[in-house]
Amino acid sequence: MKIKHTIRSATGGLKVHKSRSALTVLGILIGIAAIIMMVSLGGGAEGLIVGELGGLGAETIVVRPGQEPTGPADFSNTLFADSIKERDVEALKQKGNVPDLLDIMPAVIVAGSMSYEGETFQPTIMGGDAEFIAAAFDVYPVEGYAFGEDEIQQNADVVVIGDRVREELFADSSAVGEFVKVNQRKMRVIGVLPPKGQVAVLNVDSLAIVPHTTAQTYLSGRDYYNQLIIKISDPKHVDRAVVDIERTMRISHGITDPDDDDFYVETQQGIVEQVSTILGALTVLVSSIAAIALVVGGVGVMNIMLVSVAERTKEIGLRKSLGATNKDISRQFLIESILLAASGGLIGIILGSTFSFLVFLIVSNYFLPGWTYVFPVGAAVLGFTVSSIVGLIFGIYPAKQAAKKSPIEALRYE
Amino acid sequence: MALIEVRDLEKIYKTGEVETRALRGVSFDIEKGEFVAVMGPSGSGKSTLLHMLGFLDTHTSGTYKFDGKKFTEYSEDERAHLRNKKMGFVFQTFNLLPRLSTIENVKLPLMYSDVPEKEWNERAKAALEAVEMGHRLDHLAFKLSGGEKQRVAMARALVNEPEVIFADEPTGNLDSKSGEAVMSVLQSLNEDMGHTVILITHETYTAQYSERILELFDGELAKDFKVKNRNSIKDGHFKK
Repeated sequence: MKIKHTIRSATGGLKVHKSRSALTVLGILIGIAAIIMMVSLGGGAEGLIVGELGGLGAETIVVRPGQEPTGPADFSNTLFADSIKERDVEALKQKGNVPDLLDIMPAVIVAGSMSYEGETFQPTIMGGDAEFIAAAFDVYPVEGYAFGEDEIQQNADVVVIGDRVREELFADSSAVGEFVKVNQRKMRVIGVLPPKGQVAVLNVDSLAIVPHTTAQTYLSGRDYYNQLIIKISDPKHVDRAVVDIERTMRISHGITDPDDDDFYVETQQGIVEQVSTILGALTVLVSSIAAIALVVGGVGVMNIMLVSVAERTKEIGLRKSLGATNKDISRQFLIESILLAASGGLIGIILGSTFSFLVFLIVSNYFLPGWTYVFPVGAAVLGFTVSSIVGLIFGIYPAKQAAKKSPIEALRYE
Repeated sequence: MALIEVRDLEKIYKTGEVETRALRGVSFDIEKGEFVAVMGPSGSGKSTLLHMLGFLDTHTSGTYKFDGKKFTEYSEDERAHLRNKKMGFVFQTFNLLPRLSTIENVKLPLMYSDVPEKEWNERAKAALEAVEMGHRLDHLAFKLSGGEKQRVAMARALVNEPEVIFADEPTGNLDSKSGEAVMSVLQSLNEDMGHTVILITHETYTAQYSERILELFDGELAKDFKVKNRNSIKDGHFKK
C-alpha cells in the first residue's frame, strides 16, 4: 500500500478516539512545550541581560583593584582595595603604553546621602566625568548639562543626577540650579539625566555624579579609585588593549608575576560569556526534565497503541484477509503512532510559543522593557523531529504486535 | 489441473494439553468455475477448511495445492498477494470497517493491490453496481442494513476480480429475503462472471443454490455430490 493511503488509514484510526488521542499526547505536548518556552524565554532573557551588560559597548574596558572575585563574598576586596591611583591613570594615558586607548575615566564610589529642603535620598554617589559617563552609557542630560574636564580640574561642587534622584528630592519642581547637600557639602545641580534604568551593573536612575576630584577631596578623603573605565578606539582590538593595559599596570605597580596582580581587567565580552554559561546550564537542566517528560509521553503512546492494536484485532484480520502484508499492517500502526506523537509535538510547539509570547507581553510591559520575544525556530524544528522520533521508537513494539496477529485469530476475535 | 487440490488435509488445534482434530484427512478437488457448498453441523470443521483454503490459516499435515503450487511453497507475502488478487472473502458478520463509506470499504483490497489509483473509483463503483448498491456509494458502512452490508462485502470481495470467492455463512445474519438476494448475487457471480464460489453453510436450502455439495462430519468428508434440484433466482424471479 502506498504511504499516502497508509497515512489516511492511520489518521482515520486516530480520529475515532479523539479525546483518548488528545490525552495520550499530553506528556509529549508538555515536554515539547517546556522546551519551546525555555528556549524562547531563555533567548529573551539572554538578549535582555546581554543587551544591558553590553550597554557599555564592547569598546569599554573596566580595570578594578584587588584580585578578580571568584564568588559573591569576594567583592568586598574590590570595594576596599586601594591599589589604583592617579599614577596608573597617567601611565595608561601615555600613547606608547596603550595605543588603542581613546579615553579613560577614574571612578570613585562614595557611600552617602543627598538632601534638599528636608527630603533625603541615598543615591549611588559616583565621582567621575559626567561627559564621559553620558557618552559611555548613552545617557545625555535632558535638563542642564554634563560637566567635563574644567569642573574636574577645579574640584567644582557640581552634581548631575539621575531621574529617580530628581523625583525623590524635587518631585515636580525644577532641579537644575538648585543647591543640594551631598554628605553635608553644598553642591549645585547642573544636569538631570532622563530615565534609563539599568546599564551594566549600574542603575543610572539613582546615580549622582560629581567630579572625581571633588569626590576624593571632599567626600571620601581617599586618594585611590574604585575603578578605571577605559574606552578604546576599536572594539575589535579589545584583546590587544587588555594585554597592553595589564602590562602597563604591572609596570606601574612593579609586579612581575601575573599571579601577584592587585588589579583585574573586565571586558564586556567576558560578562556576556558568563551569562551565556549560566543560561546554558539552565538550558541543560530544563532539557533533561523535558527529555524525561518525552520518555514518559512515549511510554504513554506505546500503551495506547497496544490498546488500539488489541481493540482493532478484527480490523487487522480483515485487512490481512483482503491482502495486507505484515509490512502493510505494521506500517499503518507505526505511522499512526508517529502521527499521534508528532501532533502532540506540534500542539506543544504552538502552546509553548503562545505561552512564552504571553509571558513576553506581560514582562515587557510591566517589568523589563528591554525583554524581546524570540520564536525559537531551531527548537521548534527539533521539537517536532524529536516527538516524531519518540512516536517511531515507541510505536515499533505495538506495530510488531499488530503484524504478528494471524488473520484467522484476528477475524474470530469478538 | 484443478484450481484447488486437497489431499489428506489435517488440522489439529492445541489448547494447552488438549488436542482438537478439526480436520482428519480430507481429500477433494475443485475445478475453476465451480460453485461448491461445504455443509455440515457446527463443529464439523467446515469453517476450519474454508480458512485453510482461503490461506487464512495453516494446516497441520497433508497437502493443499492452489493453482498447482503447494500452500507451503508460497511465502508469507505471496500468500497475502494471493488473498488480495485471487481470493475474495464474504463473512457471516460482514466485517466492514464501520467508519468508512461504502465505496471506501470496497476500495480496501485495491489499496493493497497493484491496480493504479486512478482506476480505483471506477472499479469500486462497478463492483457496487454489480451488487445493486450503486446508489449508496457515500453511506457510512455502519448505517447500512444487514442485507446492504453483505452486498457491500460482496462488492469488496469481487472488486479485484478474484478467481475464487469464499463465502462463510453469508446468509447467517440475514432475514430470508436479504439472504435470497445475497445468494442470487453469488449465483450470478458464478454463472455470469465465471468466478469459482465456495460457500459454507449449515442450511440445506442455502446449499442447494450451489451445483455441488461437500458434506463434512466430525472433520471427515462424509459426502461429495452434485445438486439435482438447484435453487435459482434470476432477475428477481424465483425459479426452481
